[in-house]
This record gives sequence, C-alpha cells and structure tokens, in this order.
Amino acid sequence: MKFKALYLGGVLTAALSAATLTGAAWAADKPAELKIGITTYSSGSASVFGVPARHAAEILAEEINAKGGVNGVPLKLYFIDEGAGLETLMTEYRRLVEDEGVEVTFASISSGVCNKMAPLAEDLEVVNFMWDCGTQRILEDDKYDYVFRTQANATPEVLAPLAYLLKANPDFKTIAVVNQDYAWGRDSWEIFSNALKIQRPDVKVVAELFPAFGAADFSTEVSRLQALKPDVILSTSWGGDLDTFVRQAKQRGLFETSKFVLPLAESSLQRLGDDLPEGVIVGARGDHYFLHPEMRDKEKFKTFNEKFKARTGEYPIYSAAHMVQAFAALEAVYDKAIKANGGEWPTKEQVAEAMVGLEFQGLGRPLVIREDGQAVEAQLVGTTAKRDGYNFKVIDKMELYDGKDLMAPVGENSLKWIAKFKPDFLSKVPSTSFSHK
Amino acid sequence: MTLNFAVLALLDGIAYASLLFLVAVGLTLIFGVLGILNIAHGSLYAIGAYVAATLGQWLVANGYNPWLTFPALFAGATIVGIVLGGLLERLLLQRIYAKDEILQLLVTFAVFMILENLQRMIWGVQPYFMSTPLNLLGNVSFFGINYTAYQVLFLPAAAIVVLFALRHFLRHTSMGAQILAVTEDREAATSIGINATRVYFMTFVIGACFAALGGALATPTTSLVTGMGANMIVLSFAVAATAGLGQIEGAAISALMIGIARAFAVYLSPELEVIMPYLIMVLVLLIKPNGLFGKVTARKI
Repeated sequence: MKFKALYLGGVLTAALSAATLTGAAWAADKPAELKIGITTYSSGSASVFGVPARHAAEILAEEINAKGGVNGVPLKLYFIDEGAGLETLMTEYRRLVEDEGVEVTFASISSGVCNKMAPLAEDLEVVNFMWDCGTQRILEDDKYDYVFRTQANATPEVLAPLAYLLKANPDFKTIAVVNQDYAWGRDSWEIFSNALKIQRPDVKVVAELFPAFGAADFSTEVSRLQALKPDVILSTSWGGDLDTFVRQAKQRGLFETSKFVLPLAESSLQRLGDDLPEGVIVGARGDHYFLHPEMRDKEKFKTFNEKFKARTGEYPIYSAAHMVQAFAALEAVYDKAIKANGGEWPTKEQVAEAMVGLEFQGLGRPLVIREDGQAVEAQLVGTTAKRDGYNFKVIDKMELYDGKDLMAPVGENSLKWIAKFKPDFLSKVPSTSFSHK
Repeated sequence: MTLNFAVLALLDGIAYASLLFLVAVGLTLIFGVLGILNIAHGSLYAIGAYVAATLGQWLVANGYNPWLTFPALFAGATIVGIVLGGLLERLLLQRIYAKDEILQLLVTFAVFMILENLQRMIWGVQPYFMSTPLNLLGNVSFFGINYTAYQVLFLPAAAIVVLFALRHFLRHTSMGAQILAVTEDREAATSIGINATRVYFMTFVIGACFAALGGALATPTTSLVTGMGANMIVLSFAVAATAGLGQIEGAAISALMIGIARAFAVYLSPELEVIMPYLIMVLVLLIKPNGLFGKVTARKI
C-alpha cells in the first residue's frame, strides 16, 4: 500500500518535471491571442496621464491587430485602474496573470505603485514593463529578471532641465522650489538640488515649498515667492496642481520677476493655452513632443498624431508617447525572441532574456534596454514661445540630450553618481539644438 | 520685513479661510439640524464648481458680457444646491433619519462615491478652469506684493455676507425660528404645528447650496480636477470639528484660525503647511473634546 503510493507519487513527480522541462526546452504553443495587462489611471488626478495613455494603447492595439497581430497573434488588452487603490490593484493584477493568462504587463504610472508591482511581477514571473513611473530607485536598488523599464527614469528627466538651465540662464543666484508633497515631488528635488549643489555651489536655495498633493490653492506660496523674488523657480508638479500654480503665478505677475523651470509642463501646454507665458523652460520626461524636430516628418509619427488627435481632440502628450514605447518594445522583443527561437513562439523566460540589449523606437529617438533592464531614452527640453497656428505655447530653442550622458551607469546609485560630477559637467553635456519651424 | 510678512500671511490666510468657511458652514448647519455628517457635501462642492465653470465657459464662448460670469457662479451653485440637494434629501436622507449614525455615514459616503464617478462621466478627467471673474477684478498691491482682488477682497466679502445673512435668517425670520425650534426638540416643535419634515428639507437644501457655492466661488482660483471633493470634505470636516459641529460663528473663527495658521506655516516652516489644519484640530480637541464652541448637551445651531 505504502509502496504503491510512493510509486505513484514518483511517477507523478517525474511526469510533472518532464512537462516543465519540455516547456522550458522547447517552444511554447502559439497562443490564440497575446494578452497584455496594463495598469493606468482612469480615476483620480493622475488620469490626466492615464486616460491619454489608454487612448494610445487602444489605437496601437487596433493598428497591430489590423496587420495580423504580433507574429500572427492578435493582441488583447486588459486595463486596471491604478486609482482604485493598491490592494485592489494587486489583487486584480494577480488575477489577470494567474487566471486570465496575461503574458506581459505594463505597470505602472505612479512610482508608489511601481514599487509594489515590480516585486509582484517578479514573484509571478510575468514580464513587466514599467512604462511610465519616475523613480530611479527600483532598478538601481534591486536586480530583477522579469521587470524592465521601457523609458528613462527620474535622473535624466530632472538633470536634462537643469543642464538646459545652466546653459541657457547661467547667471542665476537664487532658486526656489514648489513641488507636490509626495514621492515624485521629493525625489525629483533631491536629484535636482544635489546636482545643483555640485554644479553651482554659489546658488542659494531660498525656499523649499511642498504644498499638499492635489492642493487647490497656491496663493500663499505665490505671495511668499513674490516677496523672495528668486531668480529661478522650479516645479516638477503636473496635472491640475501645475495648471493652478501657473495660472495663479501668472495672474499675480510672478513670471515677470522669476525664470520658471517646469520639467513636466509639456503635458500641460495644450490645457494652459495663453496662461503659460513665453520664456518658460519646459521638459517632457523624455524626448516627447508632438512637433519632435527629428521625427515630425516621419510617416509613423504623423499617422499616430493624426489618429490620436482624431480620437481625443488633442495632440499626444508624453504619457501617450511612453505607451507607444511600451508597445514598440513589445513588438520588438517578440520579434527578437521568435527569431532566436528558430521561428517558434517564445516562452516567457525567452522573452525576458530577449529584453536585455533590445533596441526599439516609439515616437522619439531609438531606445535600448541596458543589462539592468533600464532603457536609455533621449531628453527634450526647450523654452515656451508663441507661434502662429497654435492657440497654446509651443516649444522653441529645443535641446535634445542623449539619454546615456545623463544616466547613472549600470549598477550605480544615481545620487552617488551625481556626487562625483565635475563642477562644469552638466553645462557641457552635449546636445543638439533645434528651433521651432 | 517681519511686519510686512505678517500682513501678507494674514491676507493669504483670510482669503483661504473665506472659501473654507463657505464650505464648512453648510456641513456644520446640516449636522447641527439633521444630525447627519454628510460626506456627499464634498460632491456638492465639486459639482457646484463644475456647473459654475460650465455655465461661465458657455457665456464667454458665446460672446456674452464677461461680467455675467459672476451671477453665473451664484446661479450654478443655486441650481446644484436645490436640484441635487433636494433630490438627495427627498429620495434618500428622509428614509434614514431614524437609523444608526454609522449607517447614515455609510449612505452619504456611498452617494459621494457615486457622484464622484458621475462627475468623471460628465466632465472627464482633464482639469477644467474658468478664471474670467478673477481676471476681470484684476490685482491689488500690498507692500509690493500683487494679490488678486477676487481672492483678497471679493471672497472675504462673500464669506462675511453669508455669515451675517445666515445669522439673520436663523434669528429673525419665521423659517429660521422653526429650524431652531426643531433643532432644540423635534417632538415638541412638531406638536406645536411645525412641519419638521419641511424644516429638514429646507435646511439640507440651504446647506447643499453653501457647499455648491463654495465650489462655484473656488472655480476662478483653481483647476477643477477629479477628487477635489474628497480633499474639501476632509478639510471642511476639520474646520467644523475644531469649531464644534453645528456651530456657525464657530466655523467662521476656526476657518480663520486654520487659514491663517496655514499661511504663516508657508512663510515660517513650509514643512508644516500640509498638516496645519489637522494639527490645530487635534490640539483643540485634546483640550476641548466638543470643539471650541461645542456644547456637551444638545446639538445647537
């Protein structure tokens, strides 16, 4: 009796391990559809990014499916709302991977959410693209096999506007910051102020203001800034917070006394219209701009912009561009993995393996995934200007930076890397200049 | 400089407190009379703002005199208060006055969630704005600092008018007297012929109008975003609790305290700005558990 049970158990184990072995050694069966799980904000203040990105995802999936899918396999998208709260989000994510059989996930927008999703994806052994979150810490602090980032991170996104400021406006002596009181607002200031201290030890920080996330009123901050008259005012805020701050500052004449640096303002240009003055330094968390000087005449770029405009009434903002990059990486990695696998559909391990060194291109310059899973992405910074044909400010005096110059090397912590900068490092970072045409 | 800064902080604080008071006074009035802590107050605030913005945008887009955006703010708030507030009270709250407080809280919370989604369906997720009234009034200058006349003159004036109008209404009109009587003792009031059901309805609609008015008057100064109602309900609860729930003049004073303390924090210790309202609330409640003006016995207006 005992022996029989033992024997049966042995046979079962052998059969099971044989099944896993064959799965790993040979190709996976080509599925009927390639299921993609995407976390994005459809509620809450960050839906200013989440909703355009979702439109982008739907446009791209339609496009890919119209030409037969990825290597003949049509895409099916599943969206999860990041605004629903971490608990719900993680349960739903787990369900999509374990029950629905989602093969690749794109998570997430919020750095706070990414912090939780990255270990969960690793745990579930599902290939995950961090498609929009800012924090540089995740891939710097930990090593992941299944988690990749298909865009840059906070380090180049903050250093590029600083490099631009140092070159375009080198004479400033005082600076104030007004950032949202949460992870991104704090972390981006940490990077910026650390780099500034080394590049320009003479510059004095006259105020560090962190109004509540989602604050409806910045009047007091504006009053204090008017009294202080700093040469430069930095704000990495976004969405309704940034819009309100800009409008209140403009109404009360703050733009006339201080130079503004707004690293995320590309996403607010169309909403702010004439309320955003000329001469403001704006960034786009990458080289994202619907009039990208190197891309604007390319067919793929124009088609996407037109489709997006037709669908939403707006030009795409950076979060839509980040979504395009995630899809570009998806198509590229399956191509690469299928080729490496002799034309057979790849297993998830093979897909993850193919991610390292992957080259792909969205709406900006080409990107490449480093060995730590982090993509190297170019950065576009410019100055707002009024030009005919647009009822909002466009970006002029653009500088395009190569991502690799502004990124901590593989295995290095950004802040430690910044601490080693030479005093004139950032003002000498090479870039290509463009004007609005 | 030190004196100047104190004046500036005071101005900022008063402007902020005015809006806070307008929203909190509705919340505290409803609690004082109906005994319900209405979480959906935050939705009425947000929807009041959205409707006022939509009306104002429509007026401007169709070439009407931009000064009409001022009456549009009040019209928007009144419509929202009467229609939405009235429906809420008639269809929902009327059925739960006798129920457990926890249940009442949950019901109004559920309404809040539903309305929050409704806003997203109607107005989408992109920030909305309508700053015409603010631009029309222009700037005024104190110690070389520009302020918007809308924020430092118009809003405080509106808050003062509301405070005194409400006092007058409650103390010197028949409807006000009925409200006070029902608050004191519903049964006794009913036995002398006061229609308590009607009093509850009126009070809720008035409170709802104030919430919507707070939102409408905030519209020119800010971007309307999803979730703005949630932020406001938390803040106005802090104001109402600091004052003692049901205290109207108290709400004005605690709104001022919170507004001014917050402004001083921005100048002196910006790290404290975010927690200032709650810090004050906790300090007050530690010393006076019923709030600054709250009484231990019956609810009073």
